Amino acid sequence: MGANIYRNKKPALAFLLPAFLFMVLFLYYPFFKTIINSFMHLKQLGATATEFNAPWYTNYEEMLHDPHVWTSVKNTIIMMLVTLVGQVGIAIVLALMVDNIGRGKQIFRTLYFFPIVISATALGLMFNLIFLRDKGMVNQVLEMLGKQDLTDWKAEGIALVTMMAPVMWQYVGFYFVILVTGLNNISDELYEAATIDGATALQRVRYISVPMLHNVICTCSVLAVTGALKVFDLPWVMFPKGMPLKTTFLTGTYMYYQTMETKNVDYGAALAVLIVVLGVVLAKVVNAVFREKDY
Amino acid sequence: MAKKNKMSPGLIVVYVILIIWALTTVYPILWVIQNAFKAKNKILENSFALPLGDLFTTANFRKAFDTTDIFGAYKSSLFISTMVALMVVLLAGMGAYALARYKFCGSNLINSLVVGAMMFPAFATVISVYQMEFKWGIASTGSWFLNMLSVILPQIAGNMAFAMVVLTGYIKGLPIELEEAAYMEGCNAFQIYFKVIMPLTKPSFATVAIFSFLWSYNDLFTQSFFLRRPDMYSITMMLNNISAKEGTDYGLMAAVVALIIVPVIIVYCCLQKQIIKGMTAGAVKG
Repeated sequence: MGANIYRNKKPALAFLLPAFLFMVLFLYYPFFKTIINSFMHLKQLGATATEFNAPWYTNYEEMLHDPHVWTSVKNTIIMMLVTLVGQVGIAIVLALMVDNIGRGKQIFRTLYFFPIVISATALGLMFNLIFLRDKGMVNQVLEMLGKQDLTDWKAEGIALVTMMAPVMWQYVGFYFVILVTGLNNISDELYEAATIDGATALQRVRYISVPMLHNVICTCSVLAVTGALKVFDLPWVMFPKGMPLKTTFLTGTYMYYQTMETKNVDYGAALAVLIVVLGVVLAKVVNAVFREKDY
Repeated sequence: MAKKNKMSPGLIVVYVILIIWALTTVYPILWVIQNAFKAKNKILENSFALPLGDLFTTANFRKAFDTTDIFGAYKSSLFISTMVALMVVLLAGMGAYALARYKFCGSNLINSLVVGAMMFPAFATVISVYQMEFKWGIASTGSWFLNMLSVILPQIAGNMAFAMVVLTGYIKGLPIELEEAAYMEGCNAFQIYFKVIMPLTKPSFATVAIFSFLWSYNDLFTQSFFLRRPDMYSITMMLNNISAKEGTDYGLMAAVVALIIVPVIIVYCCLQKQIIKGMTAGAVKG
């Protein structure tokens, strides 16, 4: 009987068409167009490319010799490791702790999640004030602890730490909530049985919570790695144009820099292609490493 | 879960660690807000003092309203994000209904096209989208509405695939008996969708709407391509611009950040359950 309603397929077309029009026109078509643009001569945003570069693969050749490309890829991979270890790692610890306390679960959830709803742009401005050399919050704390000179948190060498710490901090709550939801799905009976058998709280965490969370942790890891490729707002606000000395570029910010600041639009398109390739390859690697298990 | 009620030393340590992390998420924001009420040189002297007595000033806020068009930025941002959320809910809902209920040749292909569409980062499409919209004459024109439209369209597309995946999963779980009953009463597919499916899918629509709204509201990358005229700045563009221009006026920076963050905090406090659910929808089923 159920199939009768949907035997006439014509309405399906009308339902699907608008959504598909958007996806084809604003995602699939522009993506292929970006690939083509990366081979063309295009030095102005919005202009239509008329001729190919000579030779057509110029941009890709240039990429190999461009030290900033290597810096940005390296920084992006560091960012991935930081998000993976920092965000997911801290989130696991916090989630396991919250799961074992009686009161206040809800309030911690609310407080931990809250940086995520604030725009990374506003957070970037906030962290500019916090890491201010001229007596920002961090330097004032260090001064109170007896440190004499002021640290320049945006100097070469330490700039990457200053950039990645806020990105990491912002999203811990996101993975925290996912993990806590995963922990709530573990049946109470398992814990009760373990308690009757004399397991301590730590043993319950080690032998029940962590193994049962395996798949959720995998999901989080994949999200963290793919998310690291999309980071743009906060680094761009705190370290515009890759300052200092173009050492803090990520693939996304470097693509933006080439496109908008130096008007090297076709090169920006080539970098965009690189970002997609990098994303696909890394997603494959992460999926292979964190394969989901069935219990 | 079996939990002990008495406070063991271990439990106290756990609480202390949890509270320390909570302080890292809350205190920086309180710190910025309190410093927004102090003159620049007082911030540098002691930023931890509460802005009481002589320290208190509203000069930063007055300057913020003088140097930036905050209301204009709010207007642009709210318009863009509301339109994006509404259009995503409407169009993705219809698409998801068709994907969930109709089986036709090519429906597998369409499913993988939807999942595939989630893979494109904004970086990969933005140059060509700008090119296309410039040719259509809607990007970088003098018209406020067209400029907003030029951001709204790609942002709708950017949220569409994800919204469809979430909504398809939800609609598949609805009991088909209700639709059968409506069909027996003589409803056609469109009436079934608008009168039966839509009311039932409300919770999931809320999830998708919140997700799309916040994603669009907080986005800087796409907007920085399409909203380059100062009189059409959205909130993120306005923030980025003022930080580049007046980055050394720390009092002003703190005031602007406070003016942008406080409304978000208020909304978050009222709707936190729905917001948390909306933002984690992809990873946690439901």
